[in-house]
Parts: sequence; C-alpha cells; structure tokens
Amino acid sequence: MSLFLIAALPFLGALFPALLIRAGRNAAAASAGFTTFLAFVGLLLNAPAVLRGEVIQARLDWLPGLGLNTNFFLDGLGLLFAGLILGIGLLIILYARFYLSREDPMGQFYTYLLLFQGAMVGIVLSDNILLLLVFWELTSLSSFLLIGYWKHLPEGRQGARMALAVTGSGGLAMIAGMLILGHIVGSYDLTVILQHKEMIQASPLYLPALILILIGAFTKSAQFPFHFWLPHAMAAPTPVSAYLHSATMVKAGLFLMARMWPVLAGTPEWFYIVATTGLITMVLGAVIALFKDDLKALLAFSTVSHLGLITMLLGFGTKIAAVAAVFHIINHATFKAALFMSAGIIDHETHTRDIKRLGGLRFLMPITFTIALIACLSMAGLPPFNGFLSKEMMLEEAFHTSWMGSPYFIPGLAVFAALFSAAYSFRYIVHVFLGPKRHDYPAHPHDPGTGLWLAPAFLVFLVIAIGIGSNHIVGPLVSVAAGAVIGGELPYFSLKLWHGFTPALWMSLAAVTGGLLLLWLHPRLSKMWNAAPRPEAKVIFDSLLGTLTRASRGVTDALHNGSITRYSAIMVAFTIAISLYAYQSGVASEATRAVQQAGALPVIGWICLVSATGFIVLNHRNRLLALVLIGVVGLIVSLSFNYLSAPDLALTQISVEVVTIILMLLALNFLPKETPVESPLAIRARDAVIAIVAGTGVGGLIYALMTRDFSAPSISEFHLANSYKGGGGTNVVNVILVDFRGYDTFGEIIVLGIAALVIYALTEAILGSKVRAYLLNRKPDSPQDGDPHPLMMVVATRVMMPLALMVAAYIFFRGHNLPGGGFIAGLIAAIAMLMQYMASGFSWAAERQKVYYHGIIGSGVLIAAATGMGAWLAGQPFLTSAFGYLHWAPLEEFEWATAALFDLGVFLAVVGAVMLTLESLARLAWQPGMNSEHAMDINPARDDAAKLKEEV
Amino acid sequence: MNHLLIAPVVLPAIVAPFIIMVLRHHLSLQRIFSLACTVALLAITLILAVQAADGTVQVYELGNWPAPFGIVLVLDRLSALMLLLTSGLALAVVLYAIGSGWDARGRHFHALLQFQLMGILGAFLTGDAFNLFVFFEVLLIASYGLMIHGGGAKRLQAGVQYVVYNLLGSSLFLLALGTLYAVTGTLNMADLAVRVAELSPDDTALLRVGAVMLLLVFAIKAAVLPLHFWLPASYAYAPLPVAALFAIMTKVGAYAILRMYTLVFGPDVAATAGLVGDWLLPAAMLTLAVGALGVLGSREIGRLVAFGAITSMGTLLIAVALFTPQATAAALYYTVHSTLAAALLFLIADLVIERRGGAIIAQRPMAQTGLIATLFFVGAIAMAGMPPLSGFVGKLLVMDAARDHELVWYIWAVILAGSLITIIGLARAGSEIFWKSHDDSHIREAEPEIADDDTQVPPEEPAPNARALPFVACFALVGSLVLLTIFAGPMMDYTTATAAQLFDPNIYIDAVLRRAEQ
Repeated sequence: MSLFLIAALPFLGALFPALLIRAGRNAAAASAGFTTFLAFVGLLLNAPAVLRGEVIQARLDWLPGLGLNTNFFLDGLGLLFAGLILGIGLLIILYARFYLSREDPMGQFYTYLLLFQGAMVGIVLSDNILLLLVFWELTSLSSFLLIGYWKHLPEGRQGARMALAVTGSGGLAMIAGMLILGHIVGSYDLTVILQHKEMIQASPLYLPALILILIGAFTKSAQFPFHFWLPHAMAAPTPVSAYLHSATMVKAGLFLMARMWPVLAGTPEWFYIVATTGLITMVLGAVIALFKDDLKALLAFSTVSHLGLITMLLGFGTKIAAVAAVFHIINHATFKAALFMSAGIIDHETHTRDIKRLGGLRFLMPITFTIALIACLSMAGLPPFNGFLSKEMMLEEAFHTSWMGSPYFIPGLAVFAALFSAAYSFRYIVHVFLGPKRHDYPAHPHDPGTGLWLAPAFLVFLVIAIGIGSNHIVGPLVSVAAGAVIGGELPYFSLKLWHGFTPALWMSLAAVTGGLLLLWLHPRLSKMWNAAPRPEAKVIFDSLLGTLTRASRGVTDALHNGSITRYSAIMVAFTIAISLYAYQSGVASEATRAVQQAGALPVIGWICLVSATGFIVLNHRNRLLALVLIGVVGLIVSLSFNYLSAPDLALTQISVEVVTIILMLLALNFLPKETPVESPLAIRARDAVIAIVAGTGVGGLIYALMTRDFSAPSISEFHLANSYKGGGGTNVVNVILVDFRGYDTFGEIIVLGIAALVIYALTEAILGSKVRAYLLNRKPDSPQDGDPHPLMMVVATRVMMPLALMVAAYIFFRGHNLPGGGFIAGLIAAIAMLMQYMASGFSWAAERQKVYYHGIIGSGVLIAAATGMGAWLAGQPFLTSAFGYLHWAPLEEFEWATAALFDLGVFLAVVGAVMLTLESLARLAWQPGMNSEHAMDINPARDDAAKLKEEV
Repeated sequence: MNHLLIAPVVLPAIVAPFIIMVLRHHLSLQRIFSLACTVALLAITLILAVQAADGTVQVYELGNWPAPFGIVLVLDRLSALMLLLTSGLALAVVLYAIGSGWDARGRHFHALLQFQLMGILGAFLTGDAFNLFVFFEVLLIASYGLMIHGGGAKRLQAGVQYVVYNLLGSSLFLLALGTLYAVTGTLNMADLAVRVAELSPDDTALLRVGAVMLLLVFAIKAAVLPLHFWLPASYAYAPLPVAALFAIMTKVGAYAILRMYTLVFGPDVAATAGLVGDWLLPAAMLTLAVGALGVLGSREIGRLVAFGAITSMGTLLIAVALFTPQATAAALYYTVHSTLAAALLFLIADLVIERRGGAIIAQRPMAQTGLIATLFFVGAIAMAGMPPLSGFVGKLLVMDAARDHELVWYIWAVILAGSLITIIGLARAGSEIFWKSHDDSHIREAEPEIADDDTQVPPEEPAPNARALPFVACFALVGSLVLLTIFAGPMMDYTTATAAQLFDPNIYIDAVLRRAEQ
C-alpha cells in the first residue's frame, strides 16, 4: 500500500466516528478500528521489503520553493514506530469502546484519537523535516483535544493547556532548529540530511540547531526539566494515557532523536546534553514514581523515568546503546500500555486509583492481577520478561560509560534508578493486589468483561513472548530499526536472557534486592518524602503562566487605555521624530526662489489669522466662541485664495465655510457649552509641546517647499496647455475637477454622499436607543428668545431663495470657463435651502420638500457614473469627455460638454449630502410641540392670530 | 483599453446609490442586489487575476488622458491578487451579514458595504498617488459608517476614536502628497518613480520627509506599532462581520507600503535609502509582540481576535520590511492567509457573542457549541500559525526569507515566541468559553459588556440558531484556507512572480508612461 495512503488513512478515518456515532457507539468504534486496521495491514504489506533492508519512498511536491514536500519514506525505524502506533492504536480502540461510559461522546473521542494517530504516523513516515514539523505540531494539537476530552474536569482542561504550552513551545523551537539544519545541508529531505554527518557537525550552527531540535524532542518526551506536563496529562481518559504515554506522543521525541542520531550524535555536545538529561530524568522519574499514590501518576512518572532511560541510551552515542534504546522502546510500549490499561480497569471497577484505598485485589480481580503482575515484573526488569532484556543492555552500556572522567557516575545512578524502578513496580503489585481483602472499596471490584482485558492480555502475551523468544520474534525488527538509527554497520548483539555473569547481571541483582528493601521501607520513606519541601512543577508553571497572563493584561491595558489624546500624542510625536530623522539623514539644498515682499494687505490678513488662531487656543473651551473664531480663520483663508488669484478655491472655501459652520452650530446645540478640563496640567503641557513642535515642523516644511522649484517641470503645465484644447473649458481648475481628474471628483462626491448617509444612519441608531428619551426631554440650558422663527428672517430668506438658486445656476453654468462649477453651485443651492429650514422651521420646510435627499445623493452619483460610462459607447475610457457647439434658434451659439452633466452629478450629490446632514441633525433636535403648521410663530396676517395671542 | 479594469470600482459605485435611491425600504431586495454585486465582483476580479497572471501590466487611462497628466488604473499581478482577495472575502462577509441578520440592525448596511468595497478595490487599482488618497477617504468614511452600524454607546465611542485617529492620518497623507508634489511636480506613481530616481543627490532632504510621511500614513493603516492604537477598540466594538471585512483594510496599508516602496522609493533608490527597513522592521517586531501579549491578555473575544489581527500584521510587515523578492513573495502569501484567517475568527467570535456574549469566562453552553468550538479550534490554528493550515506555511516562508538578514535570530525569536503566546492565549480562551461551560462549578453569569445598548439585538430577531448561512460563510473561509494550504506551491509560484514584477519596476513604469511606444 502506498505510504500516502497509510499516512492519510487515519485522517480520512477521523471523519467516520464523528458521523457514525449517530448509528451507535459500536459503529463509531468499528469505523475507527477498521481504518486503523487497514492502515496497519498496509504497513505490514510493506514490512517484508523493509525487513530485507529496502527503503520505500513516496514523493509528492507540495511547496518546492520552500523545500516543504510531502515526501514519505519507510525504513526499519519508521516500520517499528508505525507498527507500534497502529498496532497499539487498534488495541486502544478496542479498549476504549468498553472503557468509556455512555455519557462520554464517543464519536468525538475516536475522531480525536484517529487525528492523533494520523499525526503520529505522519511523523514517523516523513522524509522531509518540514513535513515532520507539520505532523509534530499536529500531535500537540490533537493531544490537546484528547487530554482535555473530559472538558468538565478542571484537571483535564489545565492538563491539556499545559501539555499544549510545553510541547507546542518545544515544537516552535524545533521549527527554528529544523530551518537551521536544512540550511546547513541545503535540503530539508531527511534522506539527504542523514548523509551529511560531517557537514552538519562541522558547521558553526551545529550547536544552536542541536539545542533547538533537542528542546523539541525533550519537551515531547517529557525530559527534565520539561517532564512536568506528562503527569498532568493523566487527567485524560485512561485509553488516551495508555496510548499517548506508552507508544506514541512521548515516543515522538525519542523517535526524533533516534532519527537524527546518525548526523547529530557522536559529539561531546550530544553526549553531555542528551545523556545527562536522560540520566537525570530517569533518576528523578523513578524516585518520584515510588511516592505517588495515584496509580496513573505512578505510571506517569515511571514513564518519565523510562523515557529518560531511552534518552540516555541514545545520548551515549554508541551503536550498541542505540540498539538497546530501540529494543527498550518496544518493550516499554508493550508493558506500559498493558499497565495503563490495567490501571484503567482498576479505576473502572473500583472507582478509585488511590493505592492507599486499594489492596487485596488478587482474589477479586484475578485476570487483572495476572496482567498487571507480568507487566510489572517486566517493568521491574525481572526475567524472563522483555523488560529484563533491555534493562540488562542498558546497565551493561552504563557500566562502560564514563561521565566527565568519572567511571562510577553513570553506572551508579543507573543502578539507583533501576532500584527505584523495581521498587515502584513491586509496589504496584504489593499494595494494590496483595495483602488482605478490604471492605471499604468505593465500588465492588470484579474482573471486567472481555472487551476491557483482551487488549492488555494480548500485550502481556507479547511481553512474555519477546522475553523468551526475542531473537525470533523481534530480532529482525530490532536489527532493521537499529540499523536505521545507526545508519551503518550493526554491531554484534544478541537478544537473550542469559549472557553469563556480566556486570549488568550483578547490577540488576542489586537493583531488585534494593527494590524489595525500598518497598519494605516505603511507609517510613513516604513520611519523610511528604514532609520534605520540594518544588511542585505545576505550581511553578501555573504561577509563571499566571504572571505572564497578568503581565500581558497589564501591558495591554496600560498601552491601550482608550485615551485618544494619548494615542494622538504618540502618533504625532512619532511622526515628528521619524520625519526629523528623514530630514537630517538627507541633503538639504539651498532655496532656489527668492522670498517676496509682503504687501500691507497680506500682513493684515496674516495678523488676523494668527490672532484668531491664538484666540482659539486661549478660548477653545468656549465652544461657540471657538467656532466663530474658526469661521474667521476660514474667511481669511478664502480671502487669501482670492488674493493669490485662485477665485475657484476662494468660492469653494467660502461656501464650504458657511455650510460647515451652520452644520456645526446645529451640532453644538446638543453639546455642553464649555469643554471641561479633563487632563492634568502636565499632560496638557506635554501636548502643548508636541503641538508646537509639530506646527513649527509643518510650517518649516511648507516654507522650505515654497522656496524651492520642482525638480522637473510640473504636470500642471500640461493641464494649462490642454484645458481648452482637450477639455473644452478655459477654467483650468474646473476642467481639472471634472475632466483631467474627474475620477478624483467622482470619488470625492461619493465620500460626501457616504458621510451624509453615515450621519443619517447614526441618527437612526441614536433615535432607536435610550438616548432618544434624553433628547425628547432635553431642556435648553440657557433661556431662549421665545421666537425661533422671526418674521423678518422668514421673509428675507423666502425672497432670497429664488435669487440664491439663480446664483447657483449661474455659477454652475459658467463653471467650465469661469470660476464656478457644480461643487460651488451645489453648496450655494444647499445654503439657500438651509436658510429656509433655519428661518421657517424644520417641519414647515420638510413638508414642502418633495424629493428625498437620499434620492438626490443617489441620483447625483448615478448621473456622474452614467456620464462616465457614456464614454464607453464611444469606445473611450470611463469619464472621457466630449464637447462641441450647438446653435438653437433663439439662443446664441453655445458650447456643450459632457463634463457639464458630470458636474450636475456633483451638484446633486453636494446638495443631497448637505441637506441629508441637516435633516438628520434636525431630527435629533425634534421635540414634542415643535410641529407648527406655520412658518412664523407670530404672523399678523394670519386669521388665527387672535387665538394664538390667547395661547401666548 | 480593457474596460473591465474600471468595473470593480464602477459596479459598486452604481449598485450602492441604486440601493439608496430605490431599495431604501426593501431589505430583501438590498440583500439580493448586494449579494449579486459581490458575486459579480468576484467574477470580474477572477477574470482580471487570470489576465494579470501572465505578467502583463494593463493600464486604464481615465478620461483618455495619458499618464502622468490624467489618472490611470494599473493592473499588475499584485493588484489582481489583492482585488481577488477582497472580493472573495467580501462574499463571505455579505453572506454572513445576511445570514446573521446584522444587516438589519441599522440603516444602509449594504450601500455602505458596496461603497466600502469600491474604496478598497479602487485603492488597489489606482496608479496615482492622489487618487490613492481619494480612495483612502472613500474606504475610511464607508468603514466608519459600517463600524458604527447598529449603534450602541461603546461602539460609537470607539467609532469616534477610529475616525479621529484616521483623520489625523488623512491629514498626514495630504501633507505627504503636498510635499512630494512640491518636490517632484507629479502625482502619478510611475512618473514619481522616474523623477525620484533622477533627483539630484544634493536635494534629498525634503523628498525624504515626504516619503517617510507617506510611509507613516500607510503604517497607520497597517496598524504598525506605535501607530496601531486605533485598531483594538474599533475592531472589537465594530459589528464583527464588519471587522471581518476590515481584515483587508490593514492589508491596504501593507499593500501601499509594498507598492510605493518598491515602485517609487525602491531599495535601489539612493535618495530614500534607509528610510524603511531601519525602523519598520523593529516596529513590525514590536507589533507582533504587543499583538501576541494582547491575545493573551484579552478579556473579551472580539478584542482577542483584534489583537490576533495585529499579531498577524506584525508577521506580515516583518516580511514586507525585509524588502527582498523572496520575503515579498512570502509576505503576499501571508497576506492572503492572514486576511482569511482573521476574518474567519471574527465571524466565529460573532457566532459566540450572539449566543452568549463576548466575555472570556465560563457560561452555560450555547446553541451549536460543538460546531462553533470546532470552528474556533480551526480558526485558532490558522491564526496561531499552527499546522496543518496555511498560517504554518506562511510562517515558515517568512522565517525562511529572513534567514540572510542580520537580525535573523531576533526575527525568529519574536515570531516563534509570539506564536507561543498566541497559542497559549487562544487555548485559554477556547478552554474558558467552550470547555468550562460544561463544568457547572465554574459558570458565571455574563457581565454586561457591549450589551449595554438596547439597539444591538432587536427583539423581533429570530433566535440565531435557526440560521445556516453564517456557518456557510465560516466554512467557505475554512475551505479557502484549506485550499491555500494544499495549493501552497502554485500560490507561491504566483506570489514569487508577483514579487519579481514588483522588484523590476520598469515593466510597470514602461506600461504606464507608454515608454515602449515612444
């Protein structure tokens, strides 16, 4: 079967349980089991070739530019691991079917399990280290789901997050390591990398790569000081623990070290980092395991210890140690999976995992007892079980290894760890199964149904079989797997029980004897252990994470405190700093233009401008006054446009001024008259400094720009030359607006239209909220004059209305050739209508307003767009204008230009936008009793004058 | 001249006023037209992307005025990619907004949305610096309208900050354009490129000021630290489907940086040397760091996603700031990924908020909790850049591209540490929201967060669990992320070609200024 299919099958299979759970739990379990079985069979089909020494490859390009490709290969090591993953996976699926209760969502469980399984298979089959990273992180993610499967348990949630944080961070470090490794070799393909030992070890980047990759491996394989997540992951359902911590997740780190062994091992760095870490982990795990009363915790720390053992063996860097490591991986997987399952059975049947509440179970649960006994003796390293064989090999290797020149250090500690290992194994038997029967079990214990004990029974069968007939049963597999690890000639080894009276045998004997002694001493030692202060990893981790979370919350909240003043201050200050830097680091040229003499008029204007601005600064808290002063500034700006021969700009500016001031006055109506002082003096001083520097900077910049010429002729010369010839108008400003850059204008009228729509939508939102009540009951905060619609003003505005509209029309039509145009005309027309609203009242004016402003805006934009699109009919680009001359009988010959139609769009959009804004503001101001049928509150010509007088 | 070039601007510019004029009171018709317009935009941009894929640069001279005197639209690979991304994203957002009923919670949602699209698409298409300003205004004002859609005190407050901050940015934009025009006498980008390259080395100071101010404007849009302050609150308090659309808005800033600083102020231009990388790279790294801390420190899911968006902008801008073809190719891949991922997560956050409020605390299980939890898990994987989704590929690409930079160790450290903190933060949030709800001992009642306004959920709305369309939108985004992952190879071929085109600006300049014909 293709490697692609083997790798993909678990992922495809993950879909089924989630769907089939509706057909029942058996269907879900069967679908999971079936896909796993298929993948397993597929693997076995490839086994003969691999055992012959072939390497099976499957390659598919994914992202060749990066070197990330879906390349798989299957060699001895891959076969071993994939076999373990899929084989034990099958047993776990069987076991879990009977372990999980009715309340547990089993479909989810199998889906997560198969996702995890797929990720693991992916790791061990990857021929590309980037692809391996993908699967590596996938195991972190899927194990997160598995560990947190019982989401109602806080331990499950915390354990899942801890595992994700630790293994995920290791994975991230490994990303960097793998990138470096790939960089050294120039390829991310494992098969290539594995052939470049010298190149890698000679590289100056070898050590960083090694450390980063090892962090990944150590976190995954729970090596000290990252070991703490593993016991907390025990909050998962037992099938998960059995799977993750015997055969898969934690073995991924070992797999990686074994995989990289040919190129990374053999250096002193490797030895001291890996072997030492392994040794410490082995000792630490074994010691702690002895003092754990929770069955799964005991097994968890024993797992840590055994992982340390294998890590240490790989760290030795000798070939025979690597063989021992591979062999122990197999053995540990078998007995530890069986033990976890037995612990799960005990938990399932007695409802407790606390050793202190157990004992005497051998009579009540004989089958479980047999299974646990065999597995435990194997774990303790007693013959004739498989654990004995690999432990002998380990001790033999330890005996021959010296550490920092000391020949006793490693053997001594190895025996010490083996001693504790034996002790906790015995404890599992003695304190749980032996001893008198008790009467206070939380539930009545009995052996479980076949479904639960079948899987562990099969595993202990393997424990015995490998122990007795190892050379025949696993010999070829160990050879080919170890051969893949070593990547060269296999050393001589023999997997058998009796090697003669070797040092290892004496060490083993010492360990077992010492183990029995320790168990005898256990009650006393346990008291001492519990009394002794020791660092609790979870507490440290939680406080670290808590500190990090609080710190980030603190930093985030302090940075983003919601003060727009500060945000703006930072922005402006940053802009000043960067702009100054840019200026400083460039070369400033001499001014090329002479400064002109200022006449009296400009100086007066300048003084007005500056003093108005100064007054704004002084009086900005009085909002009305500030608005008036802003009006002054606007007026001076318009005048200076006029003075500088820009009548179009002057006209635009002044009409914009009028409209905005009126609208802002209306808005001020809803605001307090005074701006309160909100920030302390220091902050205001800071802001003042920033403002002054920024203002000076902008002033200086503009001065510098105005005293220099363009570096090349400006494009405006073209506009001047082509305005009449190509645009049909002599007013260049207007031709630029509606023709040369009509597209900009098109955008800008849309901006205006959107602004009005937004104000309208905002008004709707406000009127639909609680604010409406406030608005309706709002009282004016100063006395009103009592005549909101004075007679004189009403009359005057009505007279002016046709005049103003006429002016607007005039301005509009002359626009193309003389100062004017749609924009200005629109503003003037809008002002004319605005005046009606102001003078005669909103409701009076609105009644006479037949066209919706939305429609006016829309039609304006549409007319402009349609004009632009009209050019398509002539095969010209959008907004291409045409013009010509018409002669109608009573009229003089006149010019027409499509640009005028465009300008009409502008006109309408402007009128609509201004009026919609006004209408929205007016709706906010509406209060009951404001409706009046009459324009004027006091009108002598009215028939009901008398009645009104009475009311008043 | 290919009139299809202008269609992405003109089509929404017609549909939106039509909706305002005719369909103002017919929500269902608005939905149909808005959706149809978005689908049409997707089709148009797809055709344009196919046209641009062969490497030709198409120019559309508006008003038939030749560059640099009139305004031109320019379609190259980069614009085409951004156009397609925008319209694809828009389709998901429109579907979601219709399905969730968000579009009914205020006025003019669809018209504003179409205007928004017009602004974004126009900004990607234009070849004129001032016209870029105009379209920035269009998208800003439309985005403001969308942001405060539905009202509510907190949203309006955030909206004011958003608009004030961005108006500051707009003023700076004008100042920058004024400076550039005063120095060079032109506004067309290609022409600017020519003139900047010919500028005398004795007269660079003012140009540098203009160039860097322009960069700052784009940096504001791209939410680069310390110019990102507008983003967290406005994205978190905006209607989240709108925030999902805004995922493209930060990319407008990144796009503009890429465009201007490869075309006009490219790495080879002596006059503006050292203006970008010197501070943009450290700033981008800070952005990433602050974003990641924000993810971990958020108390509210909308804010969490907003900080996630900042984090992804950090990664993206690191790649942009390297200014090599390889890094730019990576940045473009990451752009597509991070836009889709952030949008997805915003939509998921909205699903959560609609059902149980946004606070990251345990509450009673909500409707469809399993489905939403799955979506959140997938979205979180995408955002944190974990395998197997495109975020991981993108992260690898960015890291790989940084390899030869002198700060490589810092860059890698920041990216990886940022990922870790993001992962922890997302895991925390997911565990609190989705897992703890099954643990009766931890359930707390929601504190009113944004729920202080009564306008948000009109009572006549049917219960949110009856609707399928929001999930369709979410799964469409998930699907696009999956495709982006699977077809990473072809995608990278495209972005590599795009980067090559960007770093050879003469193709662009020749096409715009018709130099080949002269």
